Amino acid sequence: MSAEQLDLTAIRARLRDADGRQPWRSLEAVAETPEFQAYLHREFPANASEWLDPVGRRSFLKLMGASLALAGATACTVQPTELIVPYVRQPEQLIPGRPLFFATAMSLGGVATGLLVENHEGRPTKIEGNPEHPAGRGATDLFAQASILTLYDPDRSTVLTQLGEIRPWGAFITAMRASLSAQAATGGAGFRLLTETVNSPTLAWQIQQVLAEYPAAQWIQWEPLPRDNARAGARQAFGEYVEPVYDFEAADVILSLDADFLSAGPAGNLHAARGFSARRRIGADPDRLNRLYVVEPTPSVTGGRADHRVPLKASQVGAFARAVAARVGVAGVTGSAPAGTDTQVAGIAADLAAHRGRALVVAGDAQPAWVHALAHAMNDALGNTGTTVRYLPTPEAVPSEQLAALRALVVDMEAGRVQTLVILGESNPVFTAPADFRFAEAMSKVQTRLHSGLFHDETAELCHWHVPGTHFLEMWSDARTFDGTATIVQPLIQPLYGGKSPHEIVATMTERPERNGYDVVREYWQTQAAAVAATPGTEAADPAATFERAWRAWLHDGVVPATAHTAREVALAEGWAAGAAPAAADGVEVIFRHDPSLYDGRFANNGWLQELPRPVTKLTWDNAALVGVATAERLGVANGDFLDITQDGRTVSVPVWIDPGHAADAVTVTVGYGRTRAGRVGNGTGFNVYPLRGSASPFFGPAEVQKGRGRYPLVSTQDHWTIDGRNIVRSETLEGFKANPAFAKDMEHLKLSEGLTLFPAWEYKGYSWGMAIDMNACTGCNACVVACQAENNIPVVGKEQVANGREMHWLRIDRYYSGDLENPDTYHQPMPCQQCENAPCEVVCPVAATVHNDEGLNDMVYNRCVGTRYCSNNCPWKVRRFNFLMYQDWNTPQFKLQRNPDVTVRSRGVMEKCTYCVQRINAARINAKREEREIRDGEVVTACEAVCPTEAIVFGNINDPESRVARLKASPRNYATLAELNARPRTTYLAAVRNPNPSLPSNPTVGGHHGANESATGSEH
Amino acid sequence: MAQQGHMQAGSTAVLDEPVLGPGQNYETITESVAQIPLSSRTPLGWVFGFLIGLGGLMMLQMAIGWLLLRGVGIWGNNVPVGWAFDIINFVWWIGIGHAGTLISAILLLFKQQWRMSISRFAEAMTIFAVACAALFPLLHTGRPWLAAYWLFPYPNTMGLWPQFRSPLIWDVFAVSTYATVSVVFWIVGLIPDLATMRDRAVSKVKKHVFGVLALGWRGSARHWHRYEVATLILAGLSTPLVLSVHTVVSFDFAVSVLPGWHATIFPPYFVAGAIYSGFAMVLTLAIPIRAAYGLEHLITMKHIDNMAKVMLATALIVGYGYVMEAFFAWYSAAPYERYMMFNRMTGPYGWTYWLLIFVNIGLVQLLWLRSVRYNTKLLFVLSLIFNVGMWLERFVIIVTSLHRDFLPSSWDMYYPTRWDFMMFFGTIGLFLTLFFLFIRFVPMIAMFEVRTLLPEAKVHVDHGPTGGH
Repeated sequence: MSAEQLDLTAIRARLRDADGRQPWRSLEAVAETPEFQAYLHREFPANASEWLDPVGRRSFLKLMGASLALAGATACTVQPTELIVPYVRQPEQLIPGRPLFFATAMSLGGVATGLLVENHEGRPTKIEGNPEHPAGRGATDLFAQASILTLYDPDRSTVLTQLGEIRPWGAFITAMRASLSAQAATGGAGFRLLTETVNSPTLAWQIQQVLAEYPAAQWIQWEPLPRDNARAGARQAFGEYVEPVYDFEAADVILSLDADFLSAGPAGNLHAARGFSARRRIGADPDRLNRLYVVEPTPSVTGGRADHRVPLKASQVGAFARAVAARVGVAGVTGSAPAGTDTQVAGIAADLAAHRGRALVVAGDAQPAWVHALAHAMNDALGNTGTTVRYLPTPEAVPSEQLAALRALVVDMEAGRVQTLVILGESNPVFTAPADFRFAEAMSKVQTRLHSGLFHDETAELCHWHVPGTHFLEMWSDARTFDGTATIVQPLIQPLYGGKSPHEIVATMTERPERNGYDVVREYWQTQAAAVAATPGTEAADPAATFERAWRAWLHDGVVPATAHTAREVALAEGWAAGAAPAAADGVEVIFRHDPSLYDGRFANNGWLQELPRPVTKLTWDNAALVGVATAERLGVANGDFLDITQDGRTVSVPVWIDPGHAADAVTVTVGYGRTRAGRVGNGTGFNVYPLRGSASPFFGPAEVQKGRGRYPLVSTQDHWTIDGRNIVRSETLEGFKANPAFAKDMEHLKLSEGLTLFPAWEYKGYSWGMAIDMNACTGCNACVVACQAENNIPVVGKEQVANGREMHWLRIDRYYSGDLENPDTYHQPMPCQQCENAPCEVVCPVAATVHNDEGLNDMVYNRCVGTRYCSNNCPWKVRRFNFLMYQDWNTPQFKLQRNPDVTVRSRGVMEKCTYCVQRINAARINAKREEREIRDGEVVTACEAVCPTEAIVFGNINDPESRVARLKASPRNYATLAELNARPRTTYLAAVRNPNPSLPSNPTVGGHHGANESATGSEH
Repeated sequence: MAQQGHMQAGSTAVLDEPVLGPGQNYETITESVAQIPLSSRTPLGWVFGFLIGLGGLMMLQMAIGWLLLRGVGIWGNNVPVGWAFDIINFVWWIGIGHAGTLISAILLLFKQQWRMSISRFAEAMTIFAVACAALFPLLHTGRPWLAAYWLFPYPNTMGLWPQFRSPLIWDVFAVSTYATVSVVFWIVGLIPDLATMRDRAVSKVKKHVFGVLALGWRGSARHWHRYEVATLILAGLSTPLVLSVHTVVSFDFAVSVLPGWHATIFPPYFVAGAIYSGFAMVLTLAIPIRAAYGLEHLITMKHIDNMAKVMLATALIVGYGYVMEAFFAWYSAAPYERYMMFNRMTGPYGWTYWLLIFVNIGLVQLLWLRSVRYNTKLLFVLSLIFNVGMWLERFVIIVTSLHRDFLPSSWDMYYPTRWDFMMFFGTIGLFLTLFFLFIRFVPMIAMFEVRTLLPEAKVHVDHGPTGGH
C-alpha cells in the first residue's frame, strides 16, 4: 500500500503509547501513513467520497453530466468518411488480389536456400522454394517455411536502445565511430566483431575492408553448433578447408556415420534429400533402389530411412568407421569393430567395396575431425571422388574453426584486451557459448558492447547498445549456398520496426557510415565482372546499363550465374591419419544435438515450430533427454521423470523421453530450449542444456546420469508406438517386391467387390483431384506440416491444448515403429484429409456443412458449420480439426499481415481440415479459364507438395491418365488406407520398399495379414 | 376389464398384492394427494431438497454461461473423442424419460391398473428429463446460437435444407416430437385433477390459478368422453415414441462407421436400456416420496415390486446386448471390431466396462429375490447404482469406441474437466428443482384415476370412466 518506507521506530512508539490492547490491522494502520488515511477515507476508492463533499460533488456531477452528454453526442456524429485512394502510381505488375512472387534467399548456418516469396499487396505471406536454385530445386525446409512467422513476430525488438533508453540511429553511429577512433592508434587491437557464419560475399567484403583499415581488429564467426569438425576434418585430410558436396543420386550404397543428411538443417540437406529420394522412388527399374546404412546414436529421420541402422554411442561411431575403413582398403588404417557390430562392419564394408565409384561415405558434423578425415579417405579409397563426391571451396567466405576463435575471444576479453565488441545476428553467444567459457562474465569486462539482432535476446540484455536487426525478408543482401551459387537477397517489405541490416551496421565502421544495404550490395556486385558477363542478354554499350540488366536478371532468377564453385583437385595429405584416435570411453555419454524445430534456439519464439511435433519423438513445446529403452529400464526412469545429467561438475535436470532405437548408455539432449528472453512464446519452454555443454565436448562426451526428483508433463502428439497389426503402412523388401510388385494390394484385409452398391458411381466429367504419397520417398522431415500451417492460416494452440489432443495441424505425419524395440524400423506417413469419395463425414453433418463437390473434393463450408463434431467422430482417419476455443489470434495486427488472404480465418466452434489447397486450385482455374484451356498437370501444386524436398507428395487430376498423380496411382505399390471401409479415399499411398542387405539381420516388413509378420513390440507408454 | 383390486389383507403372499392400501375411499385418496399442494405448510425436508436442486441449477447456469463465453474447449472433449460427457448425459437423460412414457402410454393401452398411481410423476419425470437432455445436443455444438435453428428445416434465402441423411437431424425430430407429445399428454391428464384442486382450494390465488389451468373442467359426461378419446389418441401417439426415440438416438451411433458404434443391435438394446434406467429413476424418486408424504397406501409394495421386475427384465435384455456386442466383435473377424472389444475390456478405460458389467449384469440379478424387491431401502440404493451403471454404459460406448479407432496414430485419452462435471450435476440440479416444484404445486398422483380402482367405482362397471372397449 505504501510506497514509502515505514518508520518502524515511530510505529513501535505509537504501539507502546496506545492505551489498552488495541488491535491493529497492519503496520500502515499503526503508522497512520497518509496513504492509509486516504484509504480509510475512500473506502470505495473511486469518486465515492465526492458525494460527501458539496464542492467536489458538484464538479463531479458536472463532469459526469458533461461526459454522459458528450458520450451521447458522439453517437449522433457521422463517422469520418474514409476515402479509398487508388494507387497514384500503380506498382509494376501489381493486380490487387493476385500475389506476386519475388526471388530471395534465406541463410542458416552459413548455407543459403533459394526462395520465391509470395507477396500480397506488399505483404510477404508464404515462402516457396526457388526451382532455379541448386539447394532446394523448389523445395525448402521447415525453417524457411516458418521464418515468415518470425518476420511478423510481435516480440521482435522494435527500437534502438542504449542502456534501455531509446536512441536515434545517429547516436549509434556516433558511438560506433567514437569507439573505433579510440582504437585508431592501436589499429583496432581492442575491437572485435562477432557474427554468425558469413556466407554473404558482400558482408565478407565489407568486413574485410574494415579489417584492412584496422589490421589489429579481429572478426570471429560463431554458430552455436559450428561445422568445425567438418572443416578440421577436411584440413586434416587434404590440408585445406573444402566443402565435400555429395551426389546422392549417383550413389548405390551410402554409409552415414552419424550424418543426418535428410533432416532439416543447413549443409545442403535439401540437395541431399532430393538426390537420395531420386534413388528411392521405384520406377521402371527397381534395381535403381539405393541402399542406406546409418550408424548413429540418436534416431533421426535419416536413420528412419536406413535399410540397416546400427545404433551406437556417438563415441563408438569412429571406431566403427575405422573398422569399415580397414576392410575397404584404406591404407594405414586398422581397427576392430565395436562390440557386437562385427557382422554389420563386414556386411557394410563388403557392400561398399562391391560398389566402387558408386558408393558414398558421409560423416556427420557431430563426429570429430578424424572421423571426417576417415570418411574422406574411404571415399578416396573407394574411388568415389568425382563420381559421388566433389570437393568445393566452402560457402562461407572465410572458413574457420569457430570454437577456437570464440575461445580466443573469451581469453582476450578476460584479459581486458577488448574494448569494443560488436555482435551481429542470431548467434546469441551469451546463451549459446560453451558453459566453461563463462562468456557473459568475460563480456562484462568489455567497455562498449553493441548488439544487433531480431530480438532483444539474452545477449542484447548484457550489451550497452542494441539495434533492431532486419529479417532476411526486410533487407538487401546476398548469400551463397552449399555449392557456392550466390543469390541476391531482396526485401519483400520495408523493415517493420526500422531495423538495420548487418551491411548497414558494418557500414558504420567505415568512413561512409550511413550507407544503406542496397547501395552496399550493388557496389560489391558491380565489381563482379564475371557474373555480369555470364548473364545472358545483358550486353549494352554502357557498362552501367549492362550491370542494371544483369542485376535485374539476378533478382528475377534468384541466382547469379557463374558463381557456383568449381571442384578442387584435392589429394589426401601426408599423415592424414596421424594422431591416435581416442578410445571410446565406457559409461554413459551425453550427446548434444540441434533441435529439429528450434535449431540452436533462434526459432524459440516461433509458435509454428514450437508446436511442430518433432519428426521422431512427436514431442511438442519441450525438449527432453532421449534415452533408449534398455537404458531407461536400467536407470529406472519413465517418460517425464527428471534425469540429472552431470558433466565436468555441471548438472542439468531434463525430463526423460524414451526413444526406441536410441543407442544404449547414451542420452541425447537438444539445445535451444529454456530461453529466458526469447519472447512470449519461447520463454520458459523446455530446458536449457547449454549450461551443460562444455568446449571440450561440444557434441558428445562422457557424463553421469541418474534419476532426478519429480516429474514433468511432456506432450507428444502420438502416444502409441506400433501399428497393432494393421495394414495402414505396408512395406516389402526389394526381393519381395520383385517377386510380387502388387504386394500392397494383397495385404488388404478384405477385397471389396465392384457390385457393393446398387448405385452407379458418380462420373467426374472435368477434373477429379487426387493425391499420391510415396512412402518410399517421404523422410518425415516435417516441412510439409509447416508449409500447410503457413498456407492455410492454421493457428497455434499451445502446449496445454496439444496435451489435450487439440492440435490443429491439417496435415500430420504419423510415425510407426516396427520390429526390435532397441532398433526398430521407423515409418513416416503424412496424413492429410483423404478426400473420400464416399466420405463418412458428409452424411452425418446435420447442416450439410461438409459436402462433395463436382471435382471430387470434400469441401468444408465454415460459415455453415455449427460444430457438432460428428464428422470428426465418423472420420476413420481423424484428420478433422476442431476450434474448441478461440485459437486464432484475431487481435495482433502483425499476424493479420501474415495471413493468406485467399484462405478463410476460422473462428471458434468450427470444424476445419485439409482442403487440398482449394484456393490454389481455384487460382489455377481462373488462369486456365482466362487463357481458354484446361488446367495443366503440375499447375496446381498444394503447399505440402511444393515444399517437399523429396517430391514424395504428388497432386493432380486423376481423370487425366497422363498426369503424374494418375501414373503414380497406377503403380502396383499404390494402396488406399482402410480400403475395406469403402470410403474410397482420393489420397493414396505408395507402399515402402526397403532394400536390406541379405547378409545382415533386419526387421520384418509390415502390413501383412493380421500382423502375422510383425513382431508385437512396443506398447502404450 | 380387470376385476382385481380390493383383496383382503392376509391373503397368501404369492398372489398379487393390492395396488391400493386397505381402507381407502374417495375421500381419503383425494385428501391425501390434494392436501400436499394445497397445504400452506411447506415441509422442511422439501425446502432442503429444493435448495439442493436450486444450488445445482445455479451451477448449471454458471457452467452454461462460461461455455457460451469460452467455447466447448472448457470441456475435456478432443480429437478423437469429439463427444463425451455432453452426449453421454444426453442419452442418459433421454433414456430416463422413457419410463414415464412407457407407464403412461403402453401400460395404459395394456390396461395395467397399477400404473395409475405412479403415472403422473413418472410423466413429470419424463418431461424434466427431456428438458435436461435437450440442453446437451444444443450446447455441445461449437456455435449453439446457430445450431438452435439451423438444424430445423425452414425455408431460407440460401435455399439450404439440413442434411436429411444425418442421424442428428432425425434426432432433432425425434426429441422435439417426444417433448411435445409428452408435455401435451401430461397436461391433458392433469385437467380433471386440476379441477379437483380448484374446487378444494381455499386461498383465492390458488382457486384462480388452478381454475385457469383446469380449462373449465366440470366433470360432465361429455368432458369425460372427450378426455377419454384424447387420452387414447395421445397414448397411441406416445406408444411408438417409446420405441422410436431411443432407436433414433441409437442411430447417432449405429449409422457411423466407428467400431463399437456401427452395430445393428443398437436400437433394441438402447430402448431396453432406456426403460431400465427410467424405471430405476422412477424408483429413486418414488421410494423417498411415498415415505415422506405418507403415500404408502397409494404407491404400494405392489408398484415397487412391479417396477423392480420391469427393471430386471430390461436389464436382462441389456445384458444380452453386451454379450452380443462381444460376440459380434469376435464373429466379424474384423481387426478393428475385435480390437475395440479387446480395448474396452483391457484398455485404459477397462475399469468402466467391468464396473458396468458388474452392475448391469451382476448386481441386477439381486432383483430375482423377493426379499430384495420388498426392501425399499436396498432397492433405493440399487436403483441409484443402476442409474450410474447406465451412465457408464453410455460412457463405455461413446468414449472407449472413440478414443482408439482405426489409426493408432490418432489414439488419445479423454479426461473430463470440472466443467464437464458441473454441466452434469447442474442438470441434475435442474431436474431436482423442477421435480420439487412439481411435488409442491401439482397433485403428484392422478387422483381421479386412482379413485377408479376403488370398489365403489366398479358399480357402473360398463360405463366407468376408465372403461372403454
